Amino acid sequence: MDEAIIDKLLIIAGVLGGLLLVAPGLIWLERRLLALWQDRYGPNRAGPFGVLIVLADTIKLFFKEDWIPPFADKFVFVLAPGIVVVTVLMSFIVVPFAPGVIVSDLNIGMLFFLANSSLGAYSIILGGWASNNKYSLLGSMRGAAQMISYEVFMGLAMMGVVLLSGSFSMHTVVEAQKDMWFVIPQFLGFVIFFIAGIAETHRLPFDIPEAESELIAGFHSEYSGMKFGIFFVGEYLGIILISAVTVALYFGGWLGPDFLPPLVWFSLKTLGFICFFILLRASLPRPRYDQLMEYGWKILLPLSLLNLVVTAGVVLVNKGI
Amino acid sequence: MLIIFYIASAVAVISTLLVIIQHNLVHALLYLVVSFLAVAMAFYVLGAPFIAALEVIIYAGAIVVLMIFVIMMLNLRQESIAQEKKWLNAQIVIGPVILVLVLAGELIYMVSTEASITLTDQVIGAKAVGMTLYGPYVIGVELSGILLMAGIVGAYHLGRQKKKVTHRFLEKQEE
Repeated sequence: MDEAIIDKLLIIAGVLGGLLLVAPGLIWLERRLLALWQDRYGPNRAGPFGVLIVLADTIKLFFKEDWIPPFADKFVFVLAPGIVVVTVLMSFIVVPFAPGVIVSDLNIGMLFFLANSSLGAYSIILGGWASNNKYSLLGSMRGAAQMISYEVFMGLAMMGVVLLSGSFSMHTVVEAQKDMWFVIPQFLGFVIFFIAGIAETHRLPFDIPEAESELIAGFHSEYSGMKFGIFFVGEYLGIILISAVTVALYFGGWLGPDFLPPLVWFSLKTLGFICFFILLRASLPRPRYDQLMEYGWKILLPLSLLNLVVTAGVVLVNKGI
Repeated sequence: MLIIFYIASAVAVISTLLVIIQHNLVHALLYLVVSFLAVAMAFYVLGAPFIAALEVIIYAGAIVVLMIFVIMMLNLRQESIAQEKKWLNAQIVIGPVILVLVLAGELIYMVSTEASITLTDQVIGAKAVGMTLYGPYVIGVELSGILLMAGIVGAYHLGRQKKKVTHRFLEKQEE
């Protein structure tokens, strides 16, 4: 094999291994941070600072009874948790971690990301439908409506960045931010993208597909054992993905002062956004379903269209028509 | 690259066939998603990455989700599967199969007589698609815009709710 292929394989292995290690670690991070913000200790017994709670949880999940309800549609029921993990991991193909450290710099990178996030909706929809349970079905119908509508604003917000950098490739977008991070000219776009990102990963405050206080656990009520675990890991991978893409599109990706290597800058910024996700969970109440849809279509859609038109106008004027 | 194109096309044809003969509606729609993904792959190999991405985002990601949404609300279960089974018998299939075989024969004849088709290396990006849409085909874009507008107005009209007055004396005065 020549060196290029070995390099690519190393990058793929690194990204995959890193993500699958970090995603369960986030469960510990989330519980500790939530505890910190709510003035209590959180898990602090197993290992240093309680890190080993993750290992204990994983072992517990493996030994739980993996129960498929007799009334469920078995094939689809087993398929659903896999879809979310596969689509999120596929999206990481186009995320630039550092100069050259990217699995594949597709020239349709952002569209690839959008396509995968829209396919991720199937996980919720099929999981809820196959469970054959009214709470699951309600959860999955909410999830379908939420993810389809928020994807529209996500795409429209990203178009502002595309206009400024002139490319769909994330590598090019990061390089275009050498002089100024896109969060300054595209602040509105960033806010809309991030809100839509929370809705796409159905995290609190937009976790109405699972909404444990009204729908038990929504689309994954009937899931147990490792299948539930896979849904869980998929959710945390989604948080990492949205944070990483936000950093790449609006916060200069790996760019930063020279005293730290690019990869470290990227990881630090991403970690910041992950903590922000957790802070949102600790501080905001969940809106009602109709409020969420109204907020999306009546506020975010006009704002993102306005952002697109103004950005396009400014780019056109700067080019001198 | 040619072999990838043929594999993707074969997957598209087989999965579309399975869409038709499935008894369970949601399973049929899952095969439809596979079919769209295969078509997207074929587009990508043919040098149209932008169209491939749009195929996945719009068809596989949005339209089929809406179809599944409707089917979930209809709550079709065993009865509908039994009904589908009853409808799909050998006699119904004979007519379409004969017609399709005629078309397939013509296709094979055409492919065998024409000079061999080569895939171009030319990649048509997003910019080229945009220039074409807003250049020679702008009338099509405008017409589909008008169609969508009509759809939105219609949906708004159907979904409009009458103003609710909850007071017991005022309730009767509303139409």
